[in-house]
Amino acid sequence: MTEPAPRRASLFITCIIDQLYPDVGVSVVRALRRRGVMVDFPAGQTCCGQPLYNAGFTAEAKRLAVRVLDAFDDCERMVVPSGSCGAMIRVFYQDLFADEPELLRRAAALSERVYEFTELLTEVDGAADAAAPSDDAAQSDAGADVAAVAYHPSCHLLREMGVRRGPLDLLEAASGVSVVDLPDAEQCCGFGGAFAVKYPHISEQMLADKVEAILQSGAATVTACDMGCLMHIGGAISRRGLPVRARHIAQVLDDPAG
Amino acid sequence: MAEVTTRDFAAASRAAVQDPQLRRAFGSAGAGFDGARRDAIDEVTPEVWEQWRQQARSIKEHAVGNLDYYLELLERNVAAAGGQVHFAADANQANAIVSEIVRTRGVKVATKSKSMVSEELGLNHVLEGQGVAVFETDLGEYIIQLAEETPSHLVAPALHKTRGEVARLFADKLGVPYSDDIEEMARVARVALRQKFLDADMGISGANFLVAETGTLVIVTNEGNGRLCTSAPRIHVGITGMEKVIPSMQDLAVFLRLLPRSATGQRITSYVSMVTGPKRAADEDGPEEFHLVIVDNGRSRLLRDPALRESLYCIRCGACLNICPVYQRVGGHAYGWVYPGPIGSIVTPELVGVAQAKDLPNASTLCGACREACPVQINIPRMLLHLRHELAESPDSQRRTASDTDALLARGFAAVMSKPLLLKVARRLGRLAVKSVTRDGKIGRSRLPFLSRWTAARDLPAPPARSFSDIWRDELSRGDR
Repeated sequence: MTEPAPRRASLFITCIIDQLYPDVGVSVVRALRRRGVMVDFPAGQTCCGQPLYNAGFTAEAKRLAVRVLDAFDDCERMVVPSGSCGAMIRVFYQDLFADEPELLRRAAALSERVYEFTELLTEVDGAADAAAPSDDAAQSDAGADVAAVAYHPSCHLLREMGVRRGPLDLLEAASGVSVVDLPDAEQCCGFGGAFAVKYPHISEQMLADKVEAILQSGAATVTACDMGCLMHIGGAISRRGLPVRARHIAQVLDDPAG
Repeated sequence: MAEVTTRDFAAASRAAVQDPQLRRAFGSAGAGFDGARRDAIDEVTPEVWEQWRQQARSIKEHAVGNLDYYLELLERNVAAAGGQVHFAADANQANAIVSEIVRTRGVKVATKSKSMVSEELGLNHVLEGQGVAVFETDLGEYIIQLAEETPSHLVAPALHKTRGEVARLFADKLGVPYSDDIEEMARVARVALRQKFLDADMGISGANFLVAETGTLVIVTNEGNGRLCTSAPRIHVGITGMEKVIPSMQDLAVFLRLLPRSATGQRITSYVSMVTGPKRAADEDGPEEFHLVIVDNGRSRLLRDPALRESLYCIRCGACLNICPVYQRVGGHAYGWVYPGPIGSIVTPELVGVAQAKDLPNASTLCGACREACPVQINIPRMLLHLRHELAESPDSQRRTASDTDALLARGFAAVMSKPLLLKVARRLGRLAVKSVTRDGKIGRSRLPFLSRWTAARDLPAPPARSFSDIWRDELSRGDR
């Protein structure tokens, strides 16, 4: 027996998506609703607190984390379109509240219900495949307009949330997408939040190497599960006028040709 | 103690990234070591590797958790084997202990095999000040000693030097004809060092491990120089950090599998030398005296702090350096002290003073590659976060050294993000502020403070008219019930 497919998810939208890339949020909602998942958007949410936590300001980070707990305590599932914010909520909240038993209990309870966007899709699709095996996945892209997509595995998604294979499987199963190999894919792009502006000379070197690898891959689109990395990579691509687009995985899955 | 230039990280790293030779050296050597490490793991299978890592971790947790007990056991067993243990609280004490041995035994020439702790102490200069001729005998260490430089990597100290530079150095300092043929250069070094081994009164070594149950010092090398240093001269002095002690020979077996594979991808190094006390009555040769100097020099501060204690599990394999995207680009010297890279960014601030080294915990994207590569599963990113927290909020004003601007920004960010209404206002103001530098929805090169540091090399999207929250309210909220 397999678990029934998730039917309901509460969306946490990251501050970068909320403020700079609202279309990504729209794609996330569409992709989930198309699969029959009911999506709600708890009021009052803003930021998970990670920028503050990473800078060492835990008192301020707690103020924001408590707001997230307040907004999501009662949800069935929390879906986060970011490995970075997802890791903050799933992993680091429990460090943040290590000395505060009541908040720690709430953080631990929430951590069990946090899904990064592709984790949730994988679970929904897995349940759907098990319920109704179909030949859809084997459909050929021959002749269709196929986008060559390189996948950049973001660091926190990969190493804190342990999501390695899922996003690639989703991309490979999607029609209209051809996944190309990204050299040194698991090397950090050099964003690192404040790191990018505190040590721009190091960050820019890492970024240049990432962009070079993307160019070598022959991809027309670079995708990831984090808009932080994509804002960084996309910012360099845009500055250099390169013929590559940086798009969140929700956008690619929602509309490969975009 | 060795000179500390950690304050200069920003400038030194800026210079390093602009040096194409350094970038090539650290990038390709790092990738080479790391590739060999991955191959070695594949050979034993990742599943077996994980078991070994777990074992190693448990041993270190136990040994460091009971350090006082194992150090005493070690001391007893070293003494029972005829050796002498000296405990040194700091660099000055350690240097004084070795100086005393040198003075009372009339030592004139000392050979050294590789020891990072002696680099930490600045021991060579102290001994030279006493008129002792000190010769590094590890090839990499010999090269940087001739060049009067410091190590740039835990395992490969001369990683930053090109073949041509070494050839030039040998020609200048040793008076040999210039040759950049590797075999020839190795031969030159061998000839130069052979006589020193024979002349030396004292051999100085580090230790990769100290086995408490037998009182044994273990060193792992590839050149054979370690064995000569520890057996030919009449006195052997081993110098190492107090965290190197492990309980038993059985535990050692676990680390002998992990260390070479993690460092260079070797199944085992060419030499594994175990020294238990000086020459015994029935032995034909070996040193007459064996001294073991066990150094604290700030390590008990790491031991006391539960958040940083696991940094003492480090076996100095260098795997975290080889995989670190920052180390690969800035090299070892930029970190400003003996221990570079991710593990250096943890231990250096605690050993030299957090306030002196506040760049180190911050100069990381927290990508976590180091943690994945570490054979002892040390969670380096979590300790970097802890140190950042100390810098930002420690009640101890000596440790709390984050700038007022950073603190103000953090408070401002938290205030805005705590009130959705305030966020709306901030968004409006932000859109106005960047209007003049926005073209086609993008912010290009800007002179605005903070923003300029981003836009020097990257565009930034201008905030669109509606946030996601606006779109949800206007359109999406009606999709589901």
